[in-house]
This record gives sequence, structure tokens and C-alpha cells, in this order.
Amino acid sequence: MEYEIVIGMEIHVELGTKSKIFCSCPTEFGAEENTHTCPVCLGMPGVLPVLNEKVVEYATRAGLALGCEIAHYSKMDRKNYFYPDLPKAYQTSQFDLPICNGGVIEIEVDGIKKDVGITRIHIEEDAGKLLHESVDGTLVDVNRCGVPLIEIVSEPDMSSAEEARAFGEKVRNILEYTGVSDCKMQEGSMRFDVNLSMREKGATVLGTRTEMKNLNSFRALIRAVHYESKRQIIELKKGHVITQETRKWDDTKGTSSSLRSKEEAHDYRYFPEPDLVPIVIEADYIAKIKAALPELPEAKKQRYMDEYKLPEYDAGVLTATGILANFFEEAVGLYNEPKQISNWLMVEIPPLLKEKELCMENISITPLMLTELLKLVKDDTISGTSGKEVLKEMFSTGKNPGDIVKDKGLAQMSDTTELEAIIEKIVAANPKSVEDIGAGSDKAYGFLTGQVMKATKGQANPQVANEIIRAVVAKHLG
Amino acid sequence: MELSQKTIHEINELLKKKEVTVTEVTQSVINRIDAVEGSTDAYLRVQPEQALAMAKIVDDKLKARKKISPLEGIPYGLKDNLCTKGILTTCASKMLYNFVPPYNAHVYNLLIEEGGILLGKTNMDEFAMGSSTENSAYKVTKNPWDLNKVPGGSSGGSAVAVASDTAYYSLGSDTGGSIRQPASFCGVVGMKPTYGLVSRYGLVAFASSLDQIGPFTKDVEDCALVLNAIVGHDEKDSTSLKLEKKDYTKNLKQGVKGLRIGVAQAFFGEGLQPEVRKSLEDAIAVYKILGAEIVDVSFQYLDYALSAYYLISSAEASSNLARYDGIRYGFRAEEYDGLVDLYRKTRSQGFGEEVKRRIMLGTHALSSGYYDAYYKKAMQVRTLIKEDFDQVFKSCDVLLTPTSPTTAFGIGEKTNNPLEMYLTDIYTVPVNIAGIPGISIPCGLDQAGMPIGMQLLGPALSEKALLKAAWAFENETNIKNLKAPLGKEV
Repeated sequence: MEYEIVIGMEIHVELGTKSKIFCSCPTEFGAEENTHTCPVCLGMPGVLPVLNEKVVEYATRAGLALGCEIAHYSKMDRKNYFYPDLPKAYQTSQFDLPICNGGVIEIEVDGIKKDVGITRIHIEEDAGKLLHESVDGTLVDVNRCGVPLIEIVSEPDMSSAEEARAFGEKVRNILEYTGVSDCKMQEGSMRFDVNLSMREKGATVLGTRTEMKNLNSFRALIRAVHYESKRQIIELKKGHVITQETRKWDDTKGTSSSLRSKEEAHDYRYFPEPDLVPIVIEADYIAKIKAALPELPEAKKQRYMDEYKLPEYDAGVLTATGILANFFEEAVGLYNEPKQISNWLMVEIPPLLKEKELCMENISITPLMLTELLKLVKDDTISGTSGKEVLKEMFSTGKNPGDIVKDKGLAQMSDTTELEAIIEKIVAANPKSVEDIGAGSDKAYGFLTGQVMKATKGQANPQVANEIIRAVVAKHLG
Repeated sequence: MELSQKTIHEINELLKKKEVTVTEVTQSVINRIDAVEGSTDAYLRVQPEQALAMAKIVDDKLKARKKISPLEGIPYGLKDNLCTKGILTTCASKMLYNFVPPYNAHVYNLLIEEGGILLGKTNMDEFAMGSSTENSAYKVTKNPWDLNKVPGGSSGGSAVAVASDTAYYSLGSDTGGSIRQPASFCGVVGMKPTYGLVSRYGLVAFASSLDQIGPFTKDVEDCALVLNAIVGHDEKDSTSLKLEKKDYTKNLKQGVKGLRIGVAQAFFGEGLQPEVRKSLEDAIAVYKILGAEIVDVSFQYLDYALSAYYLISSAEASSNLARYDGIRYGFRAEEYDGLVDLYRKTRSQGFGEEVKRRIMLGTHALSSGYYDAYYKKAMQVRTLIKEDFDQVFKSCDVLLTPTSPTTAFGIGEKTNNPLEMYLTDIYTVPVNIAGIPGISIPCGLDQAGMPIGMQLLGPALSEKALLKAAWAFENETNIKNLKAPLGKEV
């Protein structure tokens, strides 16, 4: 029997608001433990939450960008459970009336496009963190408590790890564009839960699903889907039934294990949050946010193809992140050679990023610096080869390309008199090569060019050098 | 007459005329506390030194100026579920035996700004759950009219402080009658304002959608003065109403001519003590003499109010009290084995019986499979009761009811029968469910000499009408001159 995988995802995204969802504590990542706290996010007796309006704005923006309907009336609810990282012993979330409903986004895997439905998006608060490694036992860091989150729940529309990744990437891409989150996976700004079940290929009924929690990287997402789908197939082939359960992915071991069964599932006892009033959103508020939405990746890609005449592939790569797209557009504004810029951004920069383990947002090169470099190559001040060397230098030092060319003496030698003198000497010193050329072997030209480049430390303009070599050799041959 | 026996407005007059100093006033109340507190146990903690130090500061300020605000220099008490920065706030629970909040309740901040003199924190039923103040983890407060009787609850300490002249006024909280019922039992004025009128910030939550802070005072005029100080929008409380400031003393003494006073059979049902009924009938007669129009009104769903109340309030409480887990502050069990055991032992040992009963009731009402039958149904009843009141207030301006079916009962009399205890709130809980204001004022004494309270209710934000009606009654009768006989007994 052939099986197919059915995947639905829940994506938690931390919103990039300056302050927390119910108090004015900062949301900044990486602060000293328990310094971004106040009586409200510490859940002390008698304190009350006040909903940060920015959270509503960001969630609305995210919902619109992901094609959702924004609810005119939604409310917050309490999700009750005991855990030391949850000071109030309930998470303020949204249960039956979320802020966004019913969106859809298009993903593409191996050239095949597919729509993935978004069931809902709701607002909630993040919990704190437990630090187990301490010598004092387990400690709690409450800094993250009350950092605003949206949870994006997809329809079970994906059928492979690659589609799950494509969905995750597309969501990240869109949210990053709208500026509601930095979506930094390594800081936990974006986390995936995967609901996975198997069914006979072509069947319409869903099989029993398992939920895998807190996959914190795309790599973990893919590996977890592979692992879990294989595990379920093996179980099914043995004639076992799949148990509905929550599983925990162990990224180090590359395996998942049961966290709790359906019977052990928490009864969260959701009920409306009495300390907050319902969220009422007027139509013109939604219209205003919609109008202010930035150009989204799909539209941008199409525009790059139309306006800059870039191939679809280039346009796709350049619009994959807002940072790259912004860099590209700024560069094109300074120097109208879109394809050139695209080539350098797509071909030359990624290996350097990889080598230095950097990402676009923290490189020392500005669009101005890149376009200056491209201009130096274009007007033959330096060769393309030197250009790559300069780029590398710019990467590590952050210096201007002009300065690097000067400091390293990389400017091409296009001064023919100086070059002629050097070439005369080389030709004179290599009579054998002149003889070979005379005998009809063009190979010797290559040798002579190599000698010239060596003598000029690569600064000779190869085309100019070639012409002079031909002239001087001709003169010698008489 | 001792200074401590006077009202806020009388003391304010004396201070204005510079006939007394705040220090003298404060000292008089401290002397009174020394004399009677040992019998009443109204306070969990008294802070005489801090009160006198504060009195001195206010005296110094007043020397230089003519104007004085109504609550300036007036000593008062706060129920121990109102957070006071740097001052122990226990909610009369072992769970918070050592809890010193690093912030103030909004109302306390307002009273600090007014120049009030905090005398101490008053006793209460643990986490405001109870109707007799017997559920305090620390002490049982006694009714100053009869020390063998309960003062009512949950704000029993606040009621007794005012009734026994150990505070000019006090603040309590009212979730289902916790201000009005003890006010009635102790023969003082107690008001629960409209939900959202007074900020709940810093009031340790029992049932968030029902809790409201309000005053206990010796007369109606004082009630209006305290209301003036504590009412107002607070951005820290999302349920706080955005309204313009009102002067509740304005037109207070205008009378009730033409006022339509509703009387509903639903409030005069089974279990009503005959003397309470008689006293209410007398009150109706007084209002007729004063020119009010008495209107018969009826309710459809009031019978379900008490059940709905205990489901909603317990459900919210089960969630509100979940934070007391022994992890970050307050009581933690000494010995435990792992996290779940820490939770279990801390909560088993830290909470009293009534609190645990309500947490279990509320947890059950919200549980999967029971939610629809209990919590959801109760919320539907809540809507119907609101509509009931809306309907009633189309044909009358205020509603006159007994505050509680009986006068104060004996200490220990109902502790083993929670249901009977819950029934003492039968006339007060519908008010919280509907979110409307209610005031309880004394209207007579029963044969045993215990005070009887009557309750005036009105639509949302009708506090002025209620105060006006209450003042007219108080002014017409000599009720306010009746004093708890405590002074004679000690």
C-alpha cells in the first residue's frame, strides 16, 4: 500500500513590538535574566493586563498579508495550566474568536505551485523559560513572559517535508516583509509545531495525527517530518494503529518521543478573559492598515521581472527576503545595472556569507559600496578577478572599494607605454615563444600573456596586453 | 462626644475651623482602637506610629493653608486584599502570609493623594470568599452590636471598623455582597458602585468580572465624599469606565419627591426574617411620606442568580487563584517531592477550606464536558438577569430590597453549612451579576437589637440617585443616631 503524508502546521511568531503584550516591559532578546519584568508580567496579586494596541495592529497586518479576514469582534481568553514558566498559571490567548480567519498562501516546490490554507491566526502571550542547567536546580527566567505572539494555524494541506518547509519559509518571508517580526529562528522568534498523519494515497479521510512540538529550525522541521512519517508508516505496516499524542522532537538525537497521549492531554479550561474588554476593529482601521502594507514578495518578484527584466529565477532569489530585496533596490537606484547587481548578489555574496557565517542584515557592505565596486569593474579600473578580491576585502574590513584598490595597488595597467616596455622585455627574453608563434603555434601567446600578468601582478588589462603582445611579436618576427 | 465617633464631614468642619488637629483626630481613633479592638478584631494589622507620623505631616501642610479637601487628615482602614506598597497584604490567607506588594492599589494611591491617614488593614474572609469573616486564616471578627455574632463578610473587618468608630471610613470589595451584607449586619452605610467605576488595579482578584471596590461609612453624606475620591478612570484597568468626574455630594439633599421606587416580590421571598420584612415595609411607608412613588415590579430570572453567581465567581476564582503555586512568592510547603508535589502540598496547606471548595467548584464548572452545562449556562443566565434589571428600571428609578434575608447570625452557626451561608447573599449577588450599583443603609433593629439593612439598587451609573434616596431616608429617620452598644460593654 502506498501512503501519503498529511501535514498541518502551527507557527508561533513573536511580534516585534517594543513592549510586551500586557505591560510596558521591553521585549528585547538576550537581556540578563529577570530584568525585563514588572508586577504585571510576573503575575503578582491584584495586577491587571492592558492590551498593547500595537499587538492588534501587527496581528492585523500579518493577517492581511497572509490573506486572512480580520474579525471585527474578537476576544481574549484564558488558557489555564500550571507550569513554573507561566506566572499567572494561565496564558492569555484567543480561543473561539481569533483576530484573523481563513487565509491562503501559495507555495512552490520543484516548480509545482500549491495553495496552503490558513485556518486562523490568534494573539497570545509567550511564556518564560526554565533554566535546568543551574547548580541551584531549575530556575525561571521571566523576561520572555508576555512577549506578544501570533499563532498561525494552517489547514492540513501539505504532503511533504519540502512543502512544510516551503510553507514555513513563505510565512517567514511575508511576515518579515510586513515588519511585524524579525522571524529569527535562532532566537526563538519563530517556532513550528507539526501535525502529521498518514493516509492511503488518494484517500480523502484523514488518519490519526500526532503533534510534534517546538521545532526551532527548518532543519529540525524537515528531519522531524521525515522521522515521524517513517515511524507512522512502519507502525501502520505492522498493522498497528497510530496513537493520537503530542510528541517531542529531540534535535540532537534526531528522534521524537511521546510527551503525552490524548488521555493525558491538558484540559485547558478556556474561558473569556474577564480582565480585558473585547477587541473591536472598525472597517476603516483595517482599510488603513491594508493600504499601508508594503509590497509583498509575490508582487515584488513580478515587478522585478517586468521592470528590471530579470529572469524569474533571479527575481525569486532577490525577493526571498526583504533585506536582500531592499539591498538590491537601493543598489539599482544608485547604479542602473540590475542584472549585474543581481549576479553579484546571487553569485558572489552568498559564499562569503557562508564563509563568515553572516546573514545579509549584519554585513559591512552597503549598496553604495557594492555599486562603486561594480563601476570600478565596468570602467576597467580593475579586472573582474580583482573585483572579487576587493569584495572579499570589503567583507572583512568594511573599507570602501576605491580605498582597497589603492591600498592594494589593484588598478589595472592600461597605460600602454609602460606596458609596451614590459612586454618588449618579456618578448625579447622569450625568443623560443616568438619562434613558435612564427611556426604557427598560437599557444605561445597564452604563455606570454601569463608572463605579462605575472610581471604586472595581474594589473595589466588582459585585452590591452594581448594587443600589444601581438604587435611586439609581429615586429620581432619582422 | 468623642472625636472618633464623629463623621468625616463633621471632622472636616472642625479641621477647617482649626478647632482640632489631624493628630488629635488620629489619636482619638487610635485610643478607640486600643479600647475596643481586643473585643472586635476588626483589623489584621494596625499601624498607629505610621498613622500619627502621617497626621503630623498633614497638620504641617494644613497650617499654611485655608483650603482642606474632604478626606484630608481623615483616618481610614483598608481591606487586606487592597495592595499597599511596603505593607503586608495577606488577603487573610496563609498563602500570602508574608506578601509585601511592591505597588499600590489604585484606590490607595488616590487616598494618599487626598492626604488620608491609613490606620491599618482590616480582616476579611480569605480571598474575599465568605459571608461572615469566619474564613480568615488569622482571626474571627466580631459584630460590635453583639460580640457573639458575625459581622457579615467578606469585608467584615472594614464594616466593624466603621461601626465601632475605629475608622471614619474604610474600603472593602464586593463580589456578591461583600460590602453591602456586612454593612447591613453592622448598621453602617456600604456601597458597591457600578462595575468599572472604581479601578480594580491592586485589588487582589477573586472574581474579576464581579469584583468592585466600595466604601463603608457612618452616613450617606460620607459615602458620597469617599466616592468622590475613589471614582475615576484608570488606564491600568481595562474594564475601568472613561467618564467625566462627578460630584456625588451635589444635590444629595434634594429629596425624593416623584422618585419611582420599585418593590419586587422576588426580594421578599422564603427565608426572609419577619422583622426584616416589617422594617422594609416601614421604610416604604417613610418614602411614601417623603413623596416618592412606590411601584410594583417583577423579575423573571432572579431565582437563578445565586446559582449563576457561584458558578461564574468560582470559575473565575479557580483561574485567578492558580498563581498561588509556591514558586515565586507567598507560602511554599516545607517538604515536597518534585514539582507536582510542590504545587499540591503548597495549595493544600496554604488555602483554607472555603477557598479550596470554590476552586474545585470553579475548576469543575470550566472543565471539558461540563463547561456548556455550567459556566456557559451561567453566563447565559447572567445576560437574562441583566435584561431583567433593564426591564425593571424602565418602570422605576430605584429598587428597594432587603440587603440580606436576616440580621447577623451567631459565630459558628453556619460554618458547617456552606449552602445556608451562601443564601445570606441571595439579595446582593444579582447586583454584581448585572454590574449595577447598590447601597445598603441601616433601616432598623430587630428584637435582639441587631441592625437591619435595606438595599437601594439602580441602573448602571445611578449612584447619585441611590445616594439621594438613601440620604432622604436617613435624614427623615433617627437611624444614624443608633450606635453599636460596644462602648458600654467594654
